[in-house]
Amino acid sequence: MAVLVGKNSRIIVQGFTGKEGSFHAGQMIEYGSNVVGGVTPGKGGMTHLERPVFNTVSEAVKETNANVSIIFVPPRFAADAIMEAADAGIETIICISEGIPVRDMIVAKNFLDEKGARLVGPNCPGVITPGEAKVGIMPGFIHRPGRIGIVSRSGTLTYEAVDQVTKAGMGQSTCIGIGGDPIIGTTTRDAVQLLMEDPDTDGIVMIGEIGGTMEADAAYWIKENATKPVVGFIAGQTAPKGRTMGHAGAIVGGAEDTAEAKMAIMRECGIHVVESPAVIGETMVAALKAFAEA
Amino acid sequence: MNLHEYQAKETLNSYGVPIQRGKVASTVEEAVEQAKALQEETGTSWMIVKAQIHAGGRGKGGGVKLAKSMDELKEHASNILGMHLITPQTSAEGKLVRKILIAEDMYYPGDSEPKEFYMSILMDRSKGCNAIIYSTEGGMDIEQVAEETPHLVHKEWVQPGASLMPYQARKIAFNLGLSGTAFKNMVKVVSKLYHAYEQSDASLVEINPLLKTSDDKIVAVDSKMSLDNSALFRHKDLAEMRDIHEEDPTEVEAGEYGLNYVKLDGNVGCMVNGAGLAMATMDIIKLSGGSPANFLDVGGKASAETVEAGFRLILQDPNVKAILVNIFGGIVRCDRVANGVVEAYKNMGDQIKVPIIVRLQGTNAEIAKKIIDESGLKVESAILLKEAAQKVQAIFS
Repeated sequence: MAVLVGKNSRIIVQGFTGKEGSFHAGQMIEYGSNVVGGVTPGKGGMTHLERPVFNTVSEAVKETNANVSIIFVPPRFAADAIMEAADAGIETIICISEGIPVRDMIVAKNFLDEKGARLVGPNCPGVITPGEAKVGIMPGFIHRPGRIGIVSRSGTLTYEAVDQVTKAGMGQSTCIGIGGDPIIGTTTRDAVQLLMEDPDTDGIVMIGEIGGTMEADAAYWIKENATKPVVGFIAGQTAPKGRTMGHAGAIVGGAEDTAEAKMAIMRECGIHVVESPAVIGETMVAALKAFAEA
Repeated sequence: MNLHEYQAKETLNSYGVPIQRGKVASTVEEAVEQAKALQEETGTSWMIVKAQIHAGGRGKGGGVKLAKSMDELKEHASNILGMHLITPQTSAEGKLVRKILIAEDMYYPGDSEPKEFYMSILMDRSKGCNAIIYSTEGGMDIEQVAEETPHLVHKEWVQPGASLMPYQARKIAFNLGLSGTAFKNMVKVVSKLYHAYEQSDASLVEINPLLKTSDDKIVAVDSKMSLDNSALFRHKDLAEMRDIHEEDPTEVEAGEYGLNYVKLDGNVGCMVNGAGLAMATMDIIKLSGGSPANFLDVGGKASAETVEAGFRLILQDPNVKAILVNIFGGIVRCDRVANGVVEAYKNMGDQIKVPIIVRLQGTNAEIAKKIIDESGLKVESAILLKEAAQKVQAIFS
C-alpha cells in the first residue's frame, strides 16, 4: 500500500445509515474498499448494505477489528464522533463533515493528540489509494494507480489535479484531501512528510490556498528533507483580504498568508510552483524529468 | 457573523465584563430621549455619539463625536445618522449609518490619569488554540503598533481543553504595568472576557481601547466581535442580532439559494463547484487578461435551478463582460449540468448579453460538450481547463 489507506484498511462508516453515509459507503464498496461495517447510535444489530451496524465505535472495533473510520455525521455531532473513534482505538479517522464549530475542534484535536490517533479533515474529500481503497467522496474513476502523491485543502481542485496527472500518463499513489477548515488533523506538512517517506511515491503535488501558514511550514520542511520533486499551487491569488472564500479557513488575515507570499516561500524552498492550475500535470512531468537528469 | 459595537458590548456585559454604558437610537428625536435617559442613569454630563456600522476606523471618517451639551448631541446625531460613513475599512462609497450609540464619558478626571490598553482574543491557527493579544498601546491601530514597536505587543496562549488560568490573567495585568485596585480589576476583566469569548463561540473579540479610568476601573470603551457561523445553532439570541443591512444584498440573496457568493470588482463572472476550484478559476481569469467579478461556489448540486440562480446573481453586476462556468463533475454528472445550463439559458436568454464559456470536466464530459455544442445557443464549450483559459483570453485580446 501507499499511505494512510490501502488493501489492509478495515473501514467503518460513522453515520452509516444516514443519506450521505449510505450513498458514499455504497460508492466506496463499489470501488472495492474493504468496508467492514458502520455505526449509527440506536441502530445496532441491523444490517445495512450487507454489513453490520453497531451502536458504538468501540463495539464495531471489537467485532470487526476496524482500523480506519470515515465520518459522515452532521457537524454539530462530528467532533464527538471524532473523539469516539479515537477513544475506540481507530488509527486513521477521516472526517468529511463540514461546518464543525471551531471550539469543538480545538477540544477534539487536543484529545486526538493525547490518544495518538491520526485525523484527516474535517471538511475534506477523504483519502484514496487508487486500485486499493477509496475512503472518501471523490469520484473513483478519475484516478489511476501510479506513483504521484497529491495533497490538497480542496475537493474539486484536487480532482482537477488528479485528472491532469492521469491525463499526463501518470497515476497516483495516494491522494490526501486534508480539508478546508482552520483546524484540521493532518496538516500540509504532515501529509507531505508521509508521501516523502513513502517508497511507492516518486513525486508530490501540493495544493494549498490562502489563509494560515501550513504551506509555508510544509515548504520549509521540504527544503530540508526533499528526496523527490514537489509541484505546488496556491489558490486565491485574486482573493480580497478579510473575506472568507467558501472554506472556513480560506481567509487572508495578514501579509504572510496571501497566495503571493506562500508561492514566494515555496519557490525559495525549491518547489515547482505553477501560477495556473491548468498546468499542474505537465509541470509534474517536466519536474520528474529534470529530477531524473539531475 | 459580525456584531455591532452596541451588540458586542451587551453580549460581553452579560458575561460580567464592565462596559462603557450607552443607548441606541435611529432618529434624532430618539437620540435626545436616549441621551436624557443615559444621563439620568449614569450621571454622565458629556456623551459620545458613535456611528454603528460594521467597519473599523469610524472616528477617522467623522463617525465618532464628543457632545458636551444636549445641543451638541442633537447636532452630531443629525449629522451622523443617515451619513455615508467612509473609513479605511469601507468601500469608497462608505456605509449608510442607520443607528448611533450614545455612550457615557469614561475619561472623567480623578485620582490618576486614565490609561488606554489594547486587548483581543482569537484563535491562533498555527497553534490550534486561542490566544490573547494585548498591549499597553491602546486606542491606536494595533497593526501599526505591531510593526513599529513589536516588543509592546504581547501574546498569551490558552491550553486547549483548559481555560485561561489565573496565573495567566495575573501575568497579563502585570505586563500592562498595573498595580493595586486597577491590577485586581484587570485580572477579573481578562478572565471574564475570555469566558465571554469562549461561551459565545466568538471567532474574535477586540477591545480597543480597554480603559483604566481615573478611579481604577477597567472598562471596555469600544468592542468588536465576530461569531463562528458554524456554532450559531447554539446561540439563537446572538444569531438574531444579524443585521443584513450591513451585508451585500447580492450575497444575502445567494445565501437564500444555498450558494456561496462574494462580490469582487472585476469583469468576468464565474460559477464553479467547490471553493478551491472557484478560487483557482478566479486566478485563471486574471492570468487570461480579465479580472474576476465574483467568487461563486454552487456546491455539490449543480442543477438547472442553481445554475439559473447563479446566472441571475452574476448578471446583476453591470461590469460583467463574460461568464466562465467551471464544473468538475464527480458525483454530479456533467451531462446533467450541461442540460441545466441549456435550460437556464433558454429561461433567461434575452437577459444574457455577454459571452458564456462553459467548461465541464469529469463524468460524461464528452456528452456534456456535445449537449452544449448542439444546443444552438451562444455558449462556448471546453473540457480542459487550459482550453477554457484560452477562450477567456480570446475575449480580451
